[in-house]
Amino acid sequence: MDIDLMLKVYPFFLEAAWVTILLSVLTAILGLICGTLGAAARLSRFAVLRFLGAAYVSLFRGTPALIQLFILYFGGPQIGIQLDAFEAGVIGLGINAGAYMTETIRGAIIAIDKGQREAARTLGLSSWQATYKVILPQAARLMVRPLGVNLNMLIKATALVAAIAVVELTYTAQRYIGSTYKPFEMFLLAGVLYMIIIYVVGRGVAWLDRKVQIT
Amino acid sequence: MSEQTHFVEIRHAQKSFGSLEVLKDISLNVERGQIVGIIGSSGSGKSTLLRAINDLDPLTGGEIWLDGVQVNKTLPHRQYEKHINEMRQQVGMVFQHFNLFPHMTARENVTMAPKLLKGLSQADADKLAEEQLDKVGMLERIDYYPSQLSGGQKQRVAIARALAMKPKLMLFDEATSALDPELVEEVNMVMKKLAEEHMTMIIVTHEMDFAASVCDRVLFMDKGVVVEEGPPSVLFKNPTQDRTREFLRKHIEGAS
Repeated sequence: MDIDLMLKVYPFFLEAAWVTILLSVLTAILGLICGTLGAAARLSRFAVLRFLGAAYVSLFRGTPALIQLFILYFGGPQIGIQLDAFEAGVIGLGINAGAYMTETIRGAIIAIDKGQREAARTLGLSSWQATYKVILPQAARLMVRPLGVNLNMLIKATALVAAIAVVELTYTAQRYIGSTYKPFEMFLLAGVLYMIIIYVVGRGVAWLDRKVQIT
Repeated sequence: MSEQTHFVEIRHAQKSFGSLEVLKDISLNVERGQIVGIIGSSGSGKSTLLRAINDLDPLTGGEIWLDGVQVNKTLPHRQYEKHINEMRQQVGMVFQHFNLFPHMTARENVTMAPKLLKGLSQADADKLAEEQLDKVGMLERIDYYPSQLSGGQKQRVAIARALAMKPKLMLFDEATSALDPELVEEVNMVMKKLAEEHMTMIIVTHEMDFAASVCDRVLFMDKGVVVEEGPPSVLFKNPTQDRTREFLRKHIEGAS
């Protein structure tokens, strides 16, 4: 194993790791927005919205994220959507992650005992008041761990955007393999950096989960 | 339609789930300050009837009136929501499984709705919480979370939460059925106290002794109809219907 080479290229990988982190953060934010809207649609009292929410989930969970990215980035210009690789990466992965988060958020909401909503409504709260005062604060606590799993998956999924030439960790590793012919070292370096990112995020999620639990 | 003359008036209540008819043309009047008990085996429709009064389980036919206003009137969705929220503020409900909000302390459980719906200041809300929790003997646990309370204590907090909205009518849906036997009495005591204050109450219960001691009138329901009703002294001692006798015999033997 060529440790010297790894130490030499390490700063470039670190730079690429920041791109991966930025990509993850933006994807997570977009994913949460899509997931919240998706869950709201799936739980709506309007059948049309429920259908649209279900269609969104099955469409984006039922096809490879890579194909979704390709359609957006390579196919987009054909239908008038011009995005650079980074934008396509964030939007493609964000919408994809949102489909998974839709189910996480919906799952946490429907896990709350229906007696909670009944008690709130009985006091005279409107449906929305019952949702934000009683249901969401409890569901949010249930969501932390599974959303952490979504986040973990999403960080790893950012490797896919190497295929549309976003200069993040995986793409950087591939590029240095082209010039060094050392795939073992280069992928190992990328892998270690992914692991560090995911470890830190995992600890953060665990900390948040402990913090929000009811005494 | 016609003038309402009773405090609570249930007119020809009918409810079906698909082809299953759980309430069959029930009419019932309750006067202000009266305490009415509803007994019957599970599946008799007694909880469904109680839950129809504040429209938790909407009727498929018939009318519910409270203090001169029809509860289940036909209105467009938005208007109906506004109407029913106003009606429900006047009707307190206590559930078998307490349904306290686990993420709120006893104080917060009691003050949440008055603050949100009546715009009480924090100071007024705190005073209200102290008053209501004191009334149910839970003042010492005012800042405890539900998970730190016993079943009987939870139910007493749940009663305080309902009373904090200053309801005209209280509905009890098997308030002591989920409690360990030694915790039943503390909840019964609170309900008796409310009875002494002439709170209008409709109580669905499995406890015959309690019904006999606090209710002005007891209804026996079976298969979606009121089989028999009367003062407890009559209904429990000299029931006229076979089904009532049968039920009471089983229930009193079962309990002893």
